[in-house]
Amino acid sequence: MKEGEKEIELIKKGKRLDGRGFEELRPIKIEVGVLKRADGSCYFEMGDNKVMAAVYGPREMHPRHFQDAKMAVVKYRYNMAPFSVDDRKRPGPDRRSVEISKVSREAFDPVIIKEYYPKTAIDVYVEILQSDAGTRTAGINAASVALADAGIPMKDMVSSVAVGKIGGEVVLDLSGMEDNYGEADMPVAMVARTNTITLLQMDGNFKKEEFERGLKLAMDACHKIYELQRTALIERYSKSVGEGEGEE
Amino acid sequence: MGLEVMDDIRKDYVYDVLRSGKRVDGRGFREYRAISVERDVMKRAEGSALVKIGDTEVLVGVKLAPGEPFSDAPDKGIIMTNAELVPMASPEFEPGPPNENSVELARVVDRGIRSSEAIDLEKLCIEEGEKVWMIFIDIHVLDNDGNLVDAAALGAIASLLNFRIPNERHGLTGEDTLPMRDTPVAVTTVKIGGNILADPNLYEANAATSRLTVISNADGALSGMQKSGNGELKEEEIVEMVKIGIEKAKEIRETFLSNFL
Repeated sequence: MKEGEKEIELIKKGKRLDGRGFEELRPIKIEVGVLKRADGSCYFEMGDNKVMAAVYGPREMHPRHFQDAKMAVVKYRYNMAPFSVDDRKRPGPDRRSVEISKVSREAFDPVIIKEYYPKTAIDVYVEILQSDAGTRTAGINAASVALADAGIPMKDMVSSVAVGKIGGEVVLDLSGMEDNYGEADMPVAMVARTNTITLLQMDGNFKKEEFERGLKLAMDACHKIYELQRTALIERYSKSVGEGEGEE
Repeated sequence: MGLEVMDDIRKDYVYDVLRSGKRVDGRGFREYRAISVERDVMKRAEGSALVKIGDTEVLVGVKLAPGEPFSDAPDKGIIMTNAELVPMASPEFEPGPPNENSVELARVVDRGIRSSEAIDLEKLCIEEGEKVWMIFIDIHVLDNDGNLVDAAALGAIASLLNFRIPNERHGLTGEDTLPMRDTPVAVTTVKIGGNILADPNLYEANAATSRLTVISNADGALSGMQKSGNGELKEEEIVEMVKIGIEKAKEIRETFLSNFL
């Protein structure tokens, strides 16, 4: 938010516009195995974000010269539907989605055990159907669950959330309004079991102390999201056992 | 195939040398290679800089042209940052449309310039809703020996510090200069094994599992960050990298940018 623009009061009486406290996540909803053709899939809601992730593979890598003789190659495509934003987004990859796809793929690199499937490709497709800030983090959360649903061997899942600064306060999980009129935005992805960061980006203005507090806040929230991801998977698979809902 | 074997050998070499507490080129862990910044090197560009960090060489040119503003910011100029990893700069670079590495490079440099609000975009308005100045920051990598981000970011802000607005060429009148309001500086560190190294050369960059670029403003506040690479970072490692980032940025700013302000 540059000075001189109209100021929007993002914090009133210690609460945020949607009534949340500073360290509160938006409501999260997770559905596992929502697509028939994909090997694994997940529908994920985080506030007004609606995101779908699908995983195909391990499958044969085309073209073949992209194969890696030692391990599987993970491909990650973050894509926004044209109707997912206020002003229609032109279909196809733009520079923003190329960058997000790259850092999201790298966020999964330490956890996926690629050595089990040399010469193959693991394709992760993330579609943003409705957006309200934090789409890359919602996409990563969805992709984690979809990878697990596809049975891809992983050391752990990845969980992700953004922190930011609004009205001078460090807050968790920015909404669209807060992102547009706030002072800083920092998406973080973390491996819960090891407490290690696999994605970190930031723009805006953070003092060093604010950054350090924001990082801690994001890491705590990632643990909460991780539990929701786990619970969703456990529910899905304890239900299907013995109900004749086998795979084809 | 041959190249991949060489990569592995070089990686082992970097690790071996680190194990004895040294870097492959003998630098301290937080020490930069020699930096040089030469400005106004290209006369057709409205601003330019040639930055060298060791053997890494990046040329940045700034061009301006009048254009239509975005509908949601009718009174603001436009910044467009682009990076070309031209094939002359490395045997690994190939001609063709921008790939994810050049897109990332351009967007991280752009993030620092934009977030720091170094450019007063409202001063670039020619006629509200109709015409504004578009600033094109073009990063041309000439020789890649690692740490392109820091070189490109330094080149970008150095070029911007004294660019001219080509009013006359476009039949316009107005101020021909626009002072910058801040000087964002990018500092990249990598993690190799348990070590954190500033300004990785190419061998180190290829051996590293994680890289973190930290961009900070003249007052020490952070204006951009980007983690890159396949590895993981612990909280305390990130905090350390940010600390190094802010300290080194201050040194680089004082040495190479302060005399231009």
